[in-house]
Amino acid sequence: MRKLLKPREREQMLGTAYAFPMGIWFTLFFTIPLGIIVLYSFLKRGLYGGVEWEFTLDAYKQMFNPSFGRVVIRTLWISVLATLGCILIAIPCGYAMAKSKYQTVLLFLIIIPFWTNSLIRIYAWISILSTEGFVNSLLIKLGLIDQGLKLIYNNGAVVLVLIYMYLPFAILPLFTTIDKFDFSLLDAARDLGASKLEAIIKVMFPNIKSGLSTAFIFTFIPIFGAYTVPLLVGGKDSTMIGNIIVDQVSKTRNWPLASAFSMVLTFISLVGVFWMLYNGKREQMQSKKTTQQSLEQNIKKHHLIRGEK
Amino acid sequence: MKGVEVTVEQVSRAYGDFKALDNVSVQIKKGEFFSLLGPSGCGKTTLLRIIAGFDYPDNGKVEFDGKDILPLAPDKRQSNTVFQTYALFPHLTVYENIAFPLRLKHVDKEEIDKKVKEYVHLVQLDDHITKKPSMLSGGQKQRVAIARALINEPRVLLLDEPLSALDAKLRQNLLVELDELHDKVGITFIYVTHDQSEALSVSDRIAVMNKGKVLQIGTPYEIYEAPATRFVAQFIGESNTFPCTVLSCEPYENEFMIKVDVPMLGGTVSVTDYDALEVGSKLDFTVRPEKVRITSTPPRSTNKELNTYKGIVDEPVYSGFQSKFYVRLDNEQKSIVKVFKQHTAFLDDGPEIDWRDTVYVSWTATDGYLVKDTDR
Ligand SMILES: Nc1ncnc2c1ncn2[C@@H]1O[C@H](COP(=O)(O)OP(=O)(O)O)[C@@H](O)[C@H]1O
Ligand SMILES: [Mg+2]
Repeated sequence: MRKLLKPREREQMLGTAYAFPMGIWFTLFFTIPLGIIVLYSFLKRGLYGGVEWEFTLDAYKQMFNPSFGRVVIRTLWISVLATLGCILIAIPCGYAMAKSKYQTVLLFLIIIPFWTNSLIRIYAWISILSTEGFVNSLLIKLGLIDQGLKLIYNNGAVVLVLIYMYLPFAILPLFTTIDKFDFSLLDAARDLGASKLEAIIKVMFPNIKSGLSTAFIFTFIPIFGAYTVPLLVGGKDSTMIGNIIVDQVSKTRNWPLASAFSMVLTFISLVGVFWMLYNGKREQMQSKKTTQQSLEQNIKKHHLIRGEK
Repeated sequence: MKGVEVTVEQVSRAYGDFKALDNVSVQIKKGEFFSLLGPSGCGKTTLLRIIAGFDYPDNGKVEFDGKDILPLAPDKRQSNTVFQTYALFPHLTVYENIAFPLRLKHVDKEEIDKKVKEYVHLVQLDDHITKKPSMLSGGQKQRVAIARALINEPRVLLLDEPLSALDAKLRQNLLVELDELHDKVGITFIYVTHDQSEALSVSDRIAVMNKGKVLQIGTPYEIYEAPATRFVAQFIGESNTFPCTVLSCEPYENEFMIKVDVPMLGGTVSVTDYDALEVGSKLDFTVRPEKVRITSTPPRSTNKELNTYKGIVDEPVYSGFQSKFYVRLDNEQKSIVKVFKQHTAFLDDGPEIDWRDTVYVSWTATDGYLVKDTDR
């Protein structure tokens, strides 16, 4: 007799087949390069760039230089600040979009900036913020100041432009979850005695948690690896990890050190992703556990009714 | 009395040009089970939301025990709502959903526990307190919503079609439970429904609404037996309704005997009414199908005010406990009269009436009534 596959099994096999081209693509252009970076970070530095085939932990030891330490710490606080900024702005934006009649138009407006190269958008910010730039000339015209303020080439400008660049990545996931949120729950909370703020914190936030964590990951990871923004609108004290990597590759030509810093970025990103996955899993587990419990309860009750113990 | 008296006076609410509520006034007594009944889109939810505080009238007054409540936010009103879609908090367990109002008030833990258990017991959900709403059946969700709305000890409970998402059998059971609950807690219930049988079976009084207006307020008996308008007559139960003109009006016992010309029935019909009516007024003559008798032979009766018509059964509809007959009258208009016939005993009343049979339909003058057609 011919062995018949159940539809489910057949689907699973098809799934593997479909995943094959994608698998090749990722292996060629993602896994192998990553492997090379891992490998390089454990090799000896070549004199004019490149590596020598000799195992060493030099690269990792060099990372503990205090000047690098300052950069790592700066990268952390700038990323956290910019990410929080993105999310805090994105929540009311997502809320307003979910409630709006013009959702498609608004979504479109959020996507439009992506049609312009990010470098050009950063240069636009330079012309807005520079000493003779748009903001300063406006303030001078209004007579509020006599002399141009120093708005650019500092950490504040870096945070501002980073927020601008990555805001859409926070708005989109938040909008999607808020759009699915049942707003009558807020009415219910109000009805049961909650103030407006209590209703949002106690009922809305727990129900858009997935959107919040997605928005966090989507913004924190790219911001953490940013290098063009600190390079172009930052001052000499605005260097971030991304800049170190670029410098080590192209100027100092210390490829193993660049690889080691890349490893740090990858590692921190991975922690974020695993944290998100874990959160999702835990929620699923919880609901499963409760189903199991209720099932057991029902079975027990059934036995009790039938007089069995 | 724990309940509150609810006064809605000349409340209007428009969305653009569309009048969702048009000068609505209702007076709801303390502890009453009051229903707002009307077809979907007639403004029931809008009125309920105004009473709860989620919407605001363009003009008019809403008072609890004579005190204006319109300036109060929803969380400051002594009302709680059972929402049409339940609106249970998906991230909280049954227990936490019910405890939610108490946690907001920072009631101490033991007190909360005691009270939640009490209300969980009241709605018979003792076995389900650790479940999340997504794991409950429709009926269970509805009970959680009720317990959660009651735990704050509101003085009026607003229920927006709480049973509409459930199947018919369950709906009947829960309706009875709801009625018992009302007796137990003793507060005012305002119950919104589009289902006339629900409203008739549990309400103390009903307000029938259509197109943003209240057409009639009365007990279920009054609404059914003495509908004020043509719409009420047709929306509540079933009716045979025909336009008519008053021919004469004479005192008859303590009512009036009125003769009306009903062109669609091809003749004159006798009908009694409490009010004297002007000759020549245009009204609608109505008789309920269950008040019409259907017989194979002409009815023998001494009642000279009996209205009798001959016709042919156009369509018999058997439904077990009764049959519904569509009788096509033997007149020029070929009008249809609907008749319900109860099957009280097996083949008790002679031969069965069947399709195409010639039959006689008859009703007495006191069983018909005249309604104004003010709805158009
Ligand atoms: N926010 C709104 N904007 C515009 N029209 C509305 C709004 N809310 C309700 N309506 C309209 O008001 C009418 C009454 O609605 P509703 O009170 O929900 O009716 P019901 O509960 O009796 O079915 C409906 O025709 C509905 O379309
Ligand atoms: Mg409604």
